[in-house]
Amino acid sequence: MATASSLSGEILTVPTAAQPATGESALVRWLLTGAAVLFLAVFIFLPLGIVFAQAFAKGLAAYWDSLREPDALSAMRLTLIAAGIAVPLNLVFGVTAAWAIAKFEFVGKSLLTTLIDLPFSVSPVVSGFIYVLLFGLQGLLGPWLAKHNIQIIFAVPGIVLATIFVTFPFVARELIPLLQAQGQEEEEAALALGASGWQTFFRVSLPNIKWGLLYGVILCNARAMGEFGAVSVVSGHIRGLTNTMPLHIEILYNEYQFTAAFAVASLLALLALTTLVVKSAVEWRARRQLADSARWEGEKGTA
Amino acid sequence: MRGAPSCGKGMRLVLKKRSVLPGFGLALGYTLLYLSLLVLLPLAATFLKASTLSWHEFWHIVSSSRAVASYRLTFGASLIGASVNLVFGVLVAWVLVRYSFPGKRIFDSLVDLPFALPTAVAGIALTTIYAPNGWLGKPLASLGIKSAYSPLGVAIALTFIGLPFVVRSVQPVLEDLDKELEEAAASLGAGRWQTFSRVVLPTILPAALAGFAMAFARAVGEYGSVVFIAGNMPMRTEITPLLIITKLDQYDYAGATAIAVVMLVVSLAMLLPINLLQKWSSSREERGAEVSTEELAPVSV
Repeated sequence: MATASSLSGEILTVPTAAQPATGESALVRWLLTGAAVLFLAVFIFLPLGIVFAQAFAKGLAAYWDSLREPDALSAMRLTLIAAGIAVPLNLVFGVTAAWAIAKFEFVGKSLLTTLIDLPFSVSPVVSGFIYVLLFGLQGLLGPWLAKHNIQIIFAVPGIVLATIFVTFPFVARELIPLLQAQGQEEEEAALALGASGWQTFFRVSLPNIKWGLLYGVILCNARAMGEFGAVSVVSGHIRGLTNTMPLHIEILYNEYQFTAAFAVASLLALLALTTLVVKSAVEWRARRQLADSARWEGEKGTA
Repeated sequence: MRGAPSCGKGMRLVLKKRSVLPGFGLALGYTLLYLSLLVLLPLAATFLKASTLSWHEFWHIVSSSRAVASYRLTFGASLIGASVNLVFGVLVAWVLVRYSFPGKRIFDSLVDLPFALPTAVAGIALTTIYAPNGWLGKPLASLGIKSAYSPLGVAIALTFIGLPFVVRSVQPVLEDLDKELEEAAASLGAGRWQTFSRVVLPTILPAALAGFAMAFARAVGEYGSVVFIAGNMPMRTEITPLLIITKLDQYDYAGATAIAVVMLVVSLAMLLPINLLQKWSSSREERGAEVSTEELAPVSV
């Protein structure tokens, strides 16, 4: 051993405190940290800050007045309606699709998964446009809809449809890896003990995924309320009728009503911040659950 | 063995492996119904409409000089944005994983802001910052650089929009990277930069490239964050999604459909490389974990 240590003493360079073997010098560390912080400050903090700075630029009274303006209120109402319909529908879809994909093996599964990912890779403008080609006056179903006096494009139903399309993957994508990671033992045990399919689902599967489900719903809601491109195409931009909050922001901004535009924008920015807070909370919970179950496994082994 | 073709009665086509869990028919049925109504039907209408154009007409529209100018801007600026995010995304991921500094947790959570913030809000915020009298626009203008209402503004917006992709793609790989590998390299005499470029970088490369591809794909289709800062002058600062809307506003359904089909084809074409890169990334991650536990086990002298 002595020979080995003297051998190693001659060959190796002993790391100094200033430059540990697997770390950088303090100077490099500070430079890299500074660069990263500067990058984030410019691209993240600045935009966030300017939303609130501009919203309150003319004082609190002007801020509240902008939010209480009738067109702003109907924009908020329409946003809430669109999200209120899209999120529950996509929640049911997400759970259903995740169940089918995560718990069973079948032909065409990867095609199905790719199809579910489609809205993420398609431009929002194209997402809205394909509905215009289906339901618009010159669209595939256009003449039939006109005959029955049903209006989808340039009306609320079109907005709701476009919102459903761009947000339907969120819950499914959150749940699929979760349900897959769970495996099937717990459900099989429940079934063996005599539970019905629905009981198994609600009492065994659902509680295990509740945090991921919550996170998926929050993401789905944030995107539903904030969607701009797709809704812009199908909307018709009729003030007070077919404008969601993002569209209303666009109108105000183009009319140089900057304070009012940023006032409405600040509400959506607060929604985004809330989304991020919930995300951190869910991740923290998930990490703790993982640590708890790892400790439980360890204890089982030594028992 | 259940689920395998049975030889006795000839080959059976197995579409689904047998399972004890219930609800497959209901779940798959509802899923397919939802997807057909929501996705397949509108896509079919799009391709049907596109097929009413002759190849000659289609080609004439998608290769018009205005369309080509928009492709150049959209794809060029997306490439720049994704490249900036590739370099700085790796940097940010490294700093967040390896170092600590006050407020790190807040910075970490806020990396996802471009993902959570509505695009219209991002659009007006970025425009206000980079406008000629804005917080950053003014100093840049005094240097002679026009940021808003120029291709540079488009690139800036697309950098913002793609920021989380590389960071979030590389972070888990860096977190799982076993320090043993770096210590082994250092004990063999490698300098810090050598260790980084020969050990760390190859391990995170697939994840970084996957993040790059995702940021690029997102940037190409982006509308809301860009349309305020771009300036939207045809042939100069008009992005392809805006071109579709402009044609729609002019009731040029055929033209809008043709451009939309081009964008759809590009989106679908990007899905495959992204999937492959993500698969590469997760297999590299697994092998890295295997290597560190097997090959670095202490050898008894």
